[in-house]
Amino acid sequence: MKNLLDLEKKINSELATKIKKTEIKHNQIYIEINKKDLIEVLLFVKTDKDTKFRQLIDVTAVDYPEEKERFKIVYMLLSHEFNQRIIISYYISENEVIPSLTSIFPSANWMEREVFDMYGINFKDHPDLRRILTDYGFEGHPLRKDFPLTGHTEVRYSEDKKKVVSEPVKLEQNYRNFDYESPWEGTKYIKDQTDNNDKKN
Amino acid sequence: MTKKIKNLNLNFGPQHPAAHGVLRLILELDGEVVEKADPHIGLLHRGTEKLIENKTYMQAVPYFDRLDYVAPMNQEHAFALAIEKILNIEVPIRAQLIRVMFCEIGRILSHILNVTTQALDVGALTPSLWGFEERETLMTFYERASGSRLHANYFRAGGVHQDLPAGLEDDIAKFCKTFPKVIDDLENLLTDNRIFKQRNVDIGIVTKEDAIDYSFSGVMIRGSGIPWDLRKSQPYDCYEQLDFKIPVGKNGDCYDRYLCRIEEMKESVSLIKQCLSKMEKGSIKSLDGKINPPPKKELKQSMEALIHHFKLFTEGYRVPKDEIYTAVEAPKGEFGVYLISDGSSKPYKCKIRAPGFSHLQSMDYLIKGHMLADVPAVLGSLDIVFGEVDR
Repeated sequence: MKNLLDLEKKINSELATKIKKTEIKHNQIYIEINKKDLIEVLLFVKTDKDTKFRQLIDVTAVDYPEEKERFKIVYMLLSHEFNQRIIISYYISENEVIPSLTSIFPSANWMEREVFDMYGINFKDHPDLRRILTDYGFEGHPLRKDFPLTGHTEVRYSEDKKKVVSEPVKLEQNYRNFDYESPWEGTKYIKDQTDNNDKKN
Repeated sequence: MTKKIKNLNLNFGPQHPAAHGVLRLILELDGEVVEKADPHIGLLHRGTEKLIENKTYMQAVPYFDRLDYVAPMNQEHAFALAIEKILNIEVPIRAQLIRVMFCEIGRILSHILNVTTQALDVGALTPSLWGFEERETLMTFYERASGSRLHANYFRAGGVHQDLPAGLEDDIAKFCKTFPKVIDDLENLLTDNRIFKQRNVDIGIVTKEDAIDYSFSGVMIRGSGIPWDLRKSQPYDCYEQLDFKIPVGKNGDCYDRYLCRIEEMKESVSLIKQCLSKMEKGSIKSLDGKINPPPKKELKQSMEALIHHFKLFTEGYRVPKDEIYTAVEAPKGEFGVYLISDGSSKPYKCKIRAPGFSHLQSMDYLIKGHMLADVPAVLGSLDIVFGEVDR
């Protein structure tokens, strides 16, 4: 479909119960779906003659550690025919296993391996779910928010053992995170004034 | 009596001149025919996405240079566009032209490197010597504009860091006059070269369907005959006002991809010329003082400028809560940034979509049934740089 609004209508009417929320912004359509309907929704947007989102651009996750449903899984798709992009997302909790898309999009293979590596999310029916970017024998999932920026281990070449060994990180100085955000909001009479101005506008 | 023959497993890389960086390929060979290829990546993984989450928006820019380090500014462009779209800021026309011009310079940088090293992989030494001389000239343009040959850190949300120095525009115009001759020389060496053709024609063929299924973009998809270029289909900055053609391949083999890259370089030269002719004096970044730091000379006189300067370089500017995916046509394909901002001055999440990642993924599909000697040829035409694959 040429028009984003038409596309939104179409998706809402065809997939009514499977969609939680749709939104158009930045010239793209963002939809949130029910997690159990993932395969059906993706098959629909890939094959329907009015959508034809035939290319999977990327798969990623976002970590919100304080939420009950901790991970947001995001799929980005592109339709060459209609020159449109769709971003599909849903939320899962920490130990949930989600279906793999490798049977629908062959390119999902490495993308899902990356999500597994970085966030520790397991995919059902994935042909080859190994770590991809981190080192052989790496532990932990680096892009989780509770993984420290410096990591847990560091590697060096040991002259005694004649091989590369990995040891716990030792920092001369701890990583410092400065808080620059100013708590100062001005004295009370100025604050009241700006609040009033905001209301008027 | 029958003898059972076992397939041979061969380890290719990670330190191999034809691996174009740190690629480790586990190849399963039946005689000299490749049965299976399993690329092991991540040897150059630096945790760019994690680092960006811990830096302000301005501090995150240099990490983008280090992704595809042969065309640094094209990456910065995607990040700058993502922030601009969320903040809804206008970029002055001069800044747009400068950015597009340097992106095209980046495209030439990347294509020269790829075409000549692909030739090197299949046995031709001279093209790389000729090509690298031109890259050196282009990198001095980078240096004069930004201060460094490679890691430019030049694009900002809302424009570029500083104006072009005097005389640079003329020198780039001069380069545009001499460079087509160099492309012709390279073509003389390669295009009709018997050895080059024997090594590339009908090698690593990608069909249209597979190009889409395997998430190919850039030259990899155009080489298979799909005229898809984000500069045309989803134009950003001033590409809409410029006139250029999209070269498309026919057979989808390594040779067609080589031809596409050569043609794209010619188009890039024409784009640079158009940018130069349209360029007029004007501001080079958005005038919004909350996003861009004040000029240095104002710091000595204006209290407000001093405060802005201090706040911008400590806390950084804040970006309202939003979610966006922006992509640009980098030399290697669609380079995208998926940015989630949470209202603070640091990105909450910044996923980088690198074209090389999905291209390398298809290695197994591309190389199956080819000879061992074709591995470097296919790898060369995929145009992978490990900075962006491993991130």
